[in-house]
Amino acid sequence: MNSTASPQSLEQEVRRFVVENFLFGEDDGSLQLEDSFLDSGVIDSTGVLELVTFLEQQYEIKIDDTELVPDNLDSISRVSSFIRRKQNGHG
Amino acid sequence: MCGLAGLLNNDGTPADRDVLARMIHGVRHRGPDETGFHLDPASGLGLAHARLSIIDVASGQQPMSVEDGKVWIVFNGEIFNYVELRAELQRKGVRFDTESDTEVVLRMYLDRGEDCVLDLNGQWAFAIWDGRRNRLFLSRDRVGKRPLFYTQAGVAFIFASEIKALLRHPAVKASVDLEALADTFTFWCPLPSKTMFEGILELPPGHSMVVEGGQLRRWQHWRPDFPTGYLDRSEDDLASELLELLTDATRIRLRSDVPVGAYLSGGLDSSVIAALVAQISGSRLRTFSVTFEDREFDESGFQADVIRLLGTSHEQIRCTHEDIGRVFPEVVAHAEKPVLRTAPAPMYLLSGLVRDQGYKVVLTGEGSDEFLGGYDIFKEDKIRRFWARNPESSWRPALLRRLYPYMQNLQAQSDAYRKSFFHVNEDDLESPFFSHLPRWELTSRLRQFLSQDVKSSLSGYDPYRGVRELLPAEFEDWDPFSRAQFLEATVLLPGYILSSQGDRMAMAHSVEGRFPFLDHRVIHFAAQIPPKLRMKVLNEKYLLKRAVRSLVPPTVLSRPKQPYRAPDIVSFFDTKRGRARFSYVEELLSTDRIRAAGLFNPVAVQRLVEKAKKGLAIGVKDNMALVGILSTQIMADRFFGRQSTGV
Repeated sequence: MNSTASPQSLEQEVRRFVVENFLFGEDDGSLQLEDSFLDSGVIDSTGVLELVTFLEQQYEIKIDDTELVPDNLDSISRVSSFIRRKQNGHG
Repeated sequence: MCGLAGLLNNDGTPADRDVLARMIHGVRHRGPDETGFHLDPASGLGLAHARLSIIDVASGQQPMSVEDGKVWIVFNGEIFNYVELRAELQRKGVRFDTESDTEVVLRMYLDRGEDCVLDLNGQWAFAIWDGRRNRLFLSRDRVGKRPLFYTQAGVAFIFASEIKALLRHPAVKASVDLEALADTFTFWCPLPSKTMFEGILELPPGHSMVVEGGQLRRWQHWRPDFPTGYLDRSEDDLASELLELLTDATRIRLRSDVPVGAYLSGGLDSSVIAALVAQISGSRLRTFSVTFEDREFDESGFQADVIRLLGTSHEQIRCTHEDIGRVFPEVVAHAEKPVLRTAPAPMYLLSGLVRDQGYKVVLTGEGSDEFLGGYDIFKEDKIRRFWARNPESSWRPALLRRLYPYMQNLQAQSDAYRKSFFHVNEDDLESPFFSHLPRWELTSRLRQFLSQDVKSSLSGYDPYRGVRELLPAEFEDWDPFSRAQFLEATVLLPGYILSSQGDRMAMAHSVEGRFPFLDHRVIHFAAQIPPKLRMKVLNEKYLLKRAVRSLVPPTVLSRPKQPYRAPDIVSFFDTKRGRARFSYVEELLSTDRIRAAGLFNPVAVQRLVEKAKKGLAIGVKDNMALVGILSTQIMADRFFGRQSTGV
């Protein structure tokens, strides 16, 4: 598990998951850290379930229903910050 | 129901009978009972017909002629008001040689010319050769129940019921129309006129055309229309008139010289039709249905309620994941276009059951959702508009929970995500496609799988421009509900529901579908029902339910709407074993074959396939992508070959 991932690698891991599972490897480098997954069509409304499953398994965290909001999950940087908060016990 | 094919050499070269024979053989499944030809060597004309005998079995052979052999017809379909039209013509002194509806069409043409189609109530695609003027007249029914394709190849104008017949003409070559592919990966089907084959066109629903002196002239004889004012009558009055119309629409659709059965889905529409047939015919009705081993899709419980109430003699086919995957290549070959869901496959199996039971004709419930207001996309449009009027409201978007109750993954979403997905952008409110933007935008994401070459070829192509061209001038004056209905009835109904899932799947086994809800009198009346009664608040098909409440079981009347669907990715992949269920799936999705066809990005497809094998491809988008890519690859394999994909 990668529960002690460094700041940079955390972003990279999330990015890799998104690129492989939602962009199917088509990473032309255009997906920016702040880009909204929903607005850019990277993740549809059901795709977030896949993302949550991945985050729970990869980072050994438990995500509550109340945390399933775009503020936490709608870009690479939001997801990364959210995981850090969870790991630090501020989830 | 039948298949037809024909050609007209503009330079007068006599039509080649062998070529015609090959062409009509390509649509033999549509009419296995008889084959007929007519050639006019002096004019370069050739007509061919494959007949499925339903009305006037003894003397309705085609091609049929009148006027001492100067005027000829090949006809696919049924004219349900032929009895009344025939009587009307007889009163004017017209004499008939046969009892068939085909002769009625021909004599209507002699009486009224090309406007004869305005008086026809039915489903048709036909070609009339008027040797008096060397003029070929082709026409297609109002909403696109029966197909008709054409192309110009060299000096020949060539037409047929299905593209596979055209491809048997030596001058016709098959290559992919990339814009049609982009359309399919946006709207689920190519927009009207286009087919997946470059240079081959479909005569759109509600259109006629004339070929004369080497010139083509095409015009629209009918389109869905909505008034700006509605019928101002009580709900009871409106409900009884609707029921009266539906009863008559069903009654004339029982005209047949062979027995007629009905499909049952367990939903409201087919239950209404089955109930009306049982009431009108008075004899024990034969019904047919699909059930699914996969309980998420199975509706056999609701079907049983209807069977019990109506006392029908019922046959059903139980459909497994393997069944769908096994027949899918044949399904795509019959559809002649890619599909994004597997739902046509069980319809293919069902028509096989009907045929095995000795039936040729079934009545079904198509058209009700479009014209009487049944689809969730209409509900979605209402809720999003309601929310947009007060974007800060917290309870208005809570209504989004009422949408798509049958989609488990969507239902598992938090409200926050649901809001984000159905969010209304201010610009969207100005769009004529407001109702359909979420669906079309989601589907257009599938274009990410296209190869770089295809993406480059399509770089200047905007699929929405084509839809804009379909909108009549009055469109903006219609209420939003009618606008959404128009889009649904103009794009998905003919392009997918009545063709890929309808005519092609039924005719694959020589079975004819008939659709009382698509009687143009019903459509015309439905358009005049106030929109608030088509769907009362969020109660879909409200007026229909009111009209038929004494006819169908209460459980069917009150059940949540569940559109007909079938299992997608799991029909092709055994996720427990992590492998494809069929070798053709593995083969056609392999990197080599993807690269050879040139239409998709091999890396992206491989990742999708891996995800599917692991059972992780659960979203709508992944399912549509996989079915769409696989069906396109089947098209490439069957029709286009490696050299002709054009990229």
